[in-house]
Amino acid sequence: MLLALRGMDALPIPILLSSLIPGLIIAFLREESVRTRRVLNLGGAGVKLALVGVMLWGVAEGERYEWRLSILPGLEISLVGDSLALLFITLSAVLWLVTTVYAIGYLEGSPNRNRFFSFFSLCVTATVGIAFAGDLFTFIIFYEALTWATYPLVVHRGSEAATRAGRIYLIYTVVGGTVLLFGIVWLYALTGTVAFVDGGALAHVPPEQYPALTGIFLVLLAGVGVKAALVPLHGWLPTAMVAPAPVSALLHAVAVVKAGAFGIVRILYSVFGIELSWTLGMAYVVIGAAAVTILYGSLRALYQDDLKRRLAFSTVSQVSYIALGTAMSGPLGAAGGLVHLVHQGLMKITLFFCAGNISETHGISRVSEMAGIGRRMPWTMAAFSIGALGMIGLPPIAGFISKWYLGVGAIEAGLPWIIGLLIASSLLNAAYFLPILKTAWLDPHPDASSGEGEDVIGIREAGPLLLLPTLATAALALGAGVFAEAEISPLRWVWMVVDRVFGLVQP
Amino acid sequence: MESSAWAAWSVALPLAAAAVAIGGWRAGRVAAYLTAIIAPVLAFGTLRAVQEAGPLRHPLGGWGAPLGIELHVDGLSALMLAATAVVGAATTLYAGAYFNRTTGRWFWLVWLLLWTSLNGVFVSDDVFNLYVMLELLGLSAVALVALAATRDATVAAMRYFLVSMAGSLLFLLGIALLYARYGTLSLTLLGLVAEPDAASLLALSVMTLGMMAKTAIFPLHAWLPPAHASAPTPASAVLSGLVVKASFYVLLRLWLQVFGVSGGGFEAALLVLGALGAGAVLWGSVLALRQRTIKLLIAYSTVAQLGYLFILFPLIAVAGPWAETAWQGGVYQVVSHACAKASMFLAAGSMVKAVGADRLPALAGIGHRLPISFTAFGIGGLSLVGMPPSGGFIAKWLLLSAALGSGNWIWALVLVLGSLLAAGYVFLVLRHAFEWSPEATRPTHPVPRRMEAAALLLALVALGLGFVAAPPLDLLGPLPGAP
Repeated sequence: MLLALRGMDALPIPILLSSLIPGLIIAFLREESVRTRRVLNLGGAGVKLALVGVMLWGVAEGERYEWRLSILPGLEISLVGDSLALLFITLSAVLWLVTTVYAIGYLEGSPNRNRFFSFFSLCVTATVGIAFAGDLFTFIIFYEALTWATYPLVVHRGSEAATRAGRIYLIYTVVGGTVLLFGIVWLYALTGTVAFVDGGALAHVPPEQYPALTGIFLVLLAGVGVKAALVPLHGWLPTAMVAPAPVSALLHAVAVVKAGAFGIVRILYSVFGIELSWTLGMAYVVIGAAAVTILYGSLRALYQDDLKRRLAFSTVSQVSYIALGTAMSGPLGAAGGLVHLVHQGLMKITLFFCAGNISETHGISRVSEMAGIGRRMPWTMAAFSIGALGMIGLPPIAGFISKWYLGVGAIEAGLPWIIGLLIASSLLNAAYFLPILKTAWLDPHPDASSGEGEDVIGIREAGPLLLLPTLATAALALGAGVFAEAEISPLRWVWMVVDRVFGLVQP
Repeated sequence: MESSAWAAWSVALPLAAAAVAIGGWRAGRVAAYLTAIIAPVLAFGTLRAVQEAGPLRHPLGGWGAPLGIELHVDGLSALMLAATAVVGAATTLYAGAYFNRTTGRWFWLVWLLLWTSLNGVFVSDDVFNLYVMLELLGLSAVALVALAATRDATVAAMRYFLVSMAGSLLFLLGIALLYARYGTLSLTLLGLVAEPDAASLLALSVMTLGMMAKTAIFPLHAWLPPAHASAPTPASAVLSGLVVKASFYVLLRLWLQVFGVSGGGFEAALLVLGALGAGAVLWGSVLALRQRTIKLLIAYSTVAQLGYLFILFPLIAVAGPWAETAWQGGVYQVVSHACAKASMFLAAGSMVKAVGADRLPALAGIGHRLPISFTAFGIGGLSLVGMPPSGGFIAKWLLLSAALGSGNWIWALVLVLGSLLAAGYVFLVLRHAFEWSPEATRPTHPVPRRMEAAALLLALVALGLGFVAAPPLDLLGPLPGAP
């Protein structure tokens, strides 16, 4: 049976359906059907993970999955399961399962869970569709679907702040999506193709069309740049953190920002091709935008007292590593950028889970209120520390691997100033993460001095449904770094992508 | 059945049902339900027949043109018949639960006459026939608005009546001019002989003006929103979804088939039509954004969406090899907007019934209070915005690629701006739907399942049109009169 599945070209379809169908059913359940909803959620996530496992196995052995549906002459929905798609899909599938468990614990007893889990599943379906997209036409279908599937999650609480955040989110993403569509149609009208081709689809375009191609590149970049939170298009992201913690976790680690970053990778490598991107000077534009974003995000993070808001600005900064690395054009830099897609996801989701644990258990949402929290929630804060230190780039956590290859890649690409950028960024990371760790672990709990006794400041951890996912992702973030050279690690997979999809020779 | 008789049956069926409906509420409802079941079958039979045999001609009673009345069904007609059948069937299902014996006493008769005249417009091959059918269409449409029996509706119906009458008279004047000049009323024959001389151009102008008034294109749109918003909900759905498209269809026939404008020579006039379309897209959207009640918002969005259809005209003239893409996009917009808009109106009617008010803030929390209707509204709305996957997306993709492919940036910008504005006014409703305010917890009045199902059905068709675009566009065939 597994072998039969492995050889199935349409395997992307059941992978999409494994979250779409539960999502649609849940929408029409009764609010009280807690058990049915759980079975559907976890069953869907489990099935998806299993199917993705089969596809990983197939792709590792050289299979390529392709499914096409013709919509119009020259336009088709094409789903392609190759190594690059799977990098993103595996991340989504794993983190979806973990986040579902977390969300079940987090939302226990709160209203509108059907709506939440329904759109949660649709959101993951759209993300996986973005990863599977074999051309820009398919890409924008899922890209826009993601916009609208996420909106109800952002406004889930229904409060005034949530409605406002939702409005800002929609204004940014709808305008971004429309700009992207404009660019895609322009490209289609000019060249007649919107396909993703390994090594670039536009190599054949004659040089007299280069000015138009430059325009198209900028329009496309502006379109995906909104979701990738490139400065100055990042404004929606810090506002959207009013969403419930599992939504923020998914938004920052997998769904929305990664969809944008993945779009940048596709535009650079599968549409224009890295050589043409350099010829047009556009790779430099991406690097420049990423560099500005990395510094600006970190600087803003320094001044946020709200924990989730600080994490959000940290995302703005960290996601741009992906664009930075892939635009550098060498295999080492590309590997550093791509592997950060996974590594940043693992670390950031851990951090957001921790923020959720802290606010759910103790009602604390500000860094300044976190004094002594390490002693009350040792497990949560241990996980938080792994995530934070990893973000700074401390070995052997995953973030170190990303930064290492980005650094070596910068030298390889002849852009030594990027080393300076990476160092500056790491210092800034340390400047906004280390004070949190100090406050949490070293500062005395405010109640301790009032002498109210041990039980007040004793251990009070989050419930198991919140804590276990947090520990799991922290362990993954640590493992991805420690075992980076093992047979199955994100880094190993990324080498394969760099080799196969980017056509860059493995060093 | 002989393949060419499809056209005759598609008119005879609702006409016969209308005759039955004179018998009263119960008879009318049964007749309408039967029509709702048979009409889609007939429509898809017609689609298949056109697909296999090409355009169909049917001489009524065996007398062909130029003496007798000839019916003609090509790809465009067949698609319009199909859209009418689908929207009509869903609306009938909805109306069966919406009205009761008292409120709906005359609804079935008027609605079935309207259905007859719509199909009649789409199969007519001569201009006088078109005139008769348009006249019947206008009168039954006005009657549908008046059925609401409120003061607003009566005033709106009166205005609608005057505009519709003026439009018909202008059309009749044009017919007289054409008949005096060419001695024939057949669209096909006129297409062969018509020349751009003074008399013909005058005829074209007055007929176009008449049809523009009936289509409510900017700046002649003021009558539409109050009429469509104050009509009973099933009437709103067919008025916005289908009726305004019938007069646009006549415009397509006149400009493309009779005067062959895609062959060149009409650039300035087409540009003016396009500019009016752009005005409709922008001004209609801005007005939609300012509405505070849901049905008026949807009605103003109709004004905006009709604008896209008129942008088709300049694109046909200037888009060169992309003209055919524009043509496909324009017709696809007609069909997808019909389904999406009707579904939005039907869903809005259910939501208003559920909360007992039509102000937007009253819809707080409607997302979980009435999930099926809200889903229908959402899908319809996203199709209107042009979000994928949906029929509206395909239409916008085609129009946009024609505009960009031919380097006509200004039309591309109008299309993009229209999408953003549409997202804005659809969001005005979505925003409240997810709100969590005291109003959101108020109990709702029960809404019959059939009403919710009818709206969802149409929304799913609008969604499905995003996946199966190739067969209908194949059927549509090439741009008429292209060089």
